[in-house]
Amino acid sequence: MHIPDGYLSPQTYIPLIGVFVATAAVAVRKVKNEVSARNIPYLGMAAAFAFIIMMFNLPVPGGTTGHAVGSAVIAILFGPWAATIAVSVALIIQALVFGDGGITAIGANCFNMAVFMPFVAYYLFKILSHNPAKKVRVYIAAFISGYIGLVFTALLTATELGIQPMIASTSDGKALYCPYDLSIAIPAMAIEHLLLFGIVEGIITALIVSYFLKNEPGIIYAFRKGGKNENQ
Amino acid sequence: MLSEKAVKMKINKLQKRILITLLVLCLITPAGILLPMVFNAGDAWGEWSAQTLKDLIGYVPKGLEKYSGVWNAPLPDYTLNTDDASVVHQSGYYIVSGLVGATATYIVMLLISKLIIRNGK
Repeated sequence: MHIPDGYLSPQTYIPLIGVFVATAAVAVRKVKNEVSARNIPYLGMAAAFAFIIMMFNLPVPGGTTGHAVGSAVIAILFGPWAATIAVSVALIIQALVFGDGGITAIGANCFNMAVFMPFVAYYLFKILSHNPAKKVRVYIAAFISGYIGLVFTALLTATELGIQPMIASTSDGKALYCPYDLSIAIPAMAIEHLLLFGIVEGIITALIVSYFLKNEPGIIYAFRKGGKNENQ
Repeated sequence: MLSEKAVKMKINKLQKRILITLLVLCLITPAGILLPMVFNAGDAWGEWSAQTLKDLIGYVPKGLEKYSGVWNAPLPDYTLNTDDASVVHQSGYYIVSGLVGATATYIVMLLISKLIIRNGK
């Protein structure tokens, strides 16, 4: 899901850099107002976790590889805005130091995995689970938010790649950037994430949320936010 | 006062446990290169190198060719030596990359958080 350099046209990656920078600016303001200094160590660990979990490439036997991202669980535990910053830091270091994801595609990759995914996962979780006492429901909601969050993010990535042949081709019909159109990109990305990577993301999300529910329930952002006692 | 201390202690213990878990995860990251090898799986979809793409479709798209070399990462592909064929060595490089990357990410995120969060509650 880390789009490399050269797969997106400037018409795609430049606007996405703009959208990402604007969103990150809002995220900084939100995190400043709503995250307690006591949770700073957790944010560092969350970013490191996102970095590490993305190194676990999982194989589709005989086919491609993919991985979980960790954005869903970070969004549920520490809020979608904090997740935006934490996962962006991981993605930018992956691109700059390890060449995983392009430099020109940093905006696209951060928008997909660090903005879109945490917000989809977070609001899905909020819709499905309100009461931390109903534990089974919490676990199921966490699984679904991770699963759907990653699948939707894969679809968004596939869309960005799949529109490239329409945006830019040479006169003899050869692609300038990603050569595969939507009819190939969408099914390819959808199937592998529906059948394997999404399930792994869902399980990881459910396991970690259940761990925090047991050991540090007060910290879970999704259960603190949006209630009557919310101050911010 | 006592309870506040107890809360703090508990937090520290949990955080310590998380850090140890992250360290263990770093040490088992080679699963992320070994499993794809065992199951004969290649690149992630849409992340092929220019050369692989040429093998797939017969040409390298012009724009892709132009942009694909725009950045030379210091540790490309999470390895210290792309030419080293030894699986054991590559596993070691992968662990080192994981430790370096995760530590850098942790520190950068802590610094950013400390800069922006002023809320002492």
